[in-house]
Amino acid sequence: MNIFDILGPVMVGPSSSHTAGAARIGAMARTLLGEEPAEAKLHLHGSFAESGPGHGTDRALVAGLLGMKPDDLRIPNAFAEAEKAGLSYAFDTVDLRDAHPNTVVIEVTGRSGRTLELQASSVGGGRILVTKVDGVDVGFTGEYNTLIIRNQDENGVVAAVTTILNQLRINVANMSLCRSRRGGSALMVIETDQHIKPHQVSFMSDLEGILSVIYYDKEEEDDVSGFDESNL
Amino acid sequence: MSLDSMSQIFEEMERSGLQFWEVVLASDMEERQVTRAESIAKMLTVWRAMQDAADSYTGRSRSVSGLVGGDGMKMRQYSIRGQAMSGGYVSEVIAEALSMAESNACMRRIVAAPTAGACGVLPAVLLPLCKYEELTQHQILEALYVASGIGSVIAYRAGISGAAGGCQAEIGSAAAMAAGALVALRRGTKEQIGHAVAMALKNLMGLACDPVAGLVEVPCVKRNVIGAVDAVSAADMALAGVESRIPVDEVIDAMGEVGRRLPVELRETALGGLAATPTGRAVKKRLHGPRPE
Ligand code: SF4
Repeated sequence: MNIFDILGPVMVGPSSSHTAGAARIGAMARTLLGEEPAEAKLHLHGSFAESGPGHGTDRALVAGLLGMKPDDLRIPNAFAEAEKAGLSYAFDTVDLRDAHPNTVVIEVTGRSGRTLELQASSVGGGRILVTKVDGVDVGFTGEYNTLIIRNQDENGVVAAVTTILNQLRINVANMSLCRSRRGGSALMVIETDQHIKPHQVSFMSDLEGILSVIYYDKEEEDDVSGFDESNL
Repeated sequence: MSLDSMSQIFEEMERSGLQFWEVVLASDMEERQVTRAESIAKMLTVWRAMQDAADSYTGRSRSVSGLVGGDGMKMRQYSIRGQAMSGGYVSEVIAEALSMAESNACMRRIVAAPTAGACGVLPAVLLPLCKYEELTQHQILEALYVASGIGSVIAYRAGISGAAGGCQAEIGSAAAMAAGALVALRRGTKEQIGHAVAMALKNLMGLACDPVAGLVEVPCVKRNVIGAVDAVSAADMALAGVESRIPVDEVIDAMGEVGRRLPVELRETALGGLAATPTGRAVKKRLHGPRPE
């Protein structure tokens, strides 16, 4: 926690976990899908299911899918915005055993037909934790730049990726590796300190043994260039 | 340095000769690896967001449940008519606390301080003060650093969520942050800041978190008022030389301990307190009908 987790986030109310966190989860799903979403099924669990509508959780999730940030004044009108943007959505409730009370599973389909399934929780103060991507257990927060790499589970692929990152002078903050079954496909989640450029991402996707690369660029800080303390 | 205790901040002030706010600024620069200008510019965006929320309040928004909205405007008009027993500044503090907390409930843009539910307390004491005293924007930002430093210490030692520690952890923490900020604005000593924080927190210790239907509306909006008024009185007492008999870090620890002992029904689960009253239950029943398509 830093002092701007204490004084912040700047957000549309009423609840940092039910509204701001929900918007971030929606936005995460959009980014990981990598294209304009056309259809979403949202399954709410626990307290998200209980008090969701009153906290605007449903609208915030849809707002996030539309690319809005937690302080976007259009969040209360997200359903109308979704209609304009051609996004259809449906909510229901699920009971996920052992999940954090503020959890949602989002199945989203993009314009091109690409699909993604994401499970994420809002863990307090607007911070989130992604716990599953396409059924594979993961654990990342979006507080770092994040690479999600699906690769063939064979020797040398992981080493190739880390070597490239090293050459690009990109510092790895956290890294985890999960595979669905031996010799099948695996999922690498790499959180980095530096931003990764689009051409670097596509370079990695072309590597042998890599099935797909998704990149999440962490929320941009406000631009503060031109700020002069002596004017205050 | 990390902000783990008030006494640590006080020691750092003595060692370095820095003011309270500068110690917090230095710790932010270190923790987030940012420059002084970047940190202060970000604090300015926080202050601007608070001002925008206040300036754009009309009293016409209503919350999803319909329980909340318009009270800030009622209080403002009463205050403007000069009828308030609490006088100019304090009656405006009350109006601002209501307005800001309502804005949160009505899905308007606010700054969580330290949480969205308690977002009204700190701006409520600062915004009206700008009318009554000559304050530069820099001084306000300094006060915000003081508040955030106090909030960091409380978050570290005791916690700031209603689910973990009851409303004393949200509104109580906000009041403590606001009290310390006010003392700093008046150039009080570090000891006075400590006493103000301790007194503000002590006076709300044990407060339950019991939101009706689980929504940040009832009693949250009006609790922001008691947080803000608590902050003003604690700051005034401290500046008058009144001292807390229990040292501030011990008070914070006690708040954390009381929070852990609060039954789960009184920690945001909406199962006890006002949420469990017949009227509270009726509201919940009305809202949790079939989900509108
Ligand atoms: S009652 Fe609970 S939800 Fe409402 S302000 Fe207090 S801590 Fe927050």
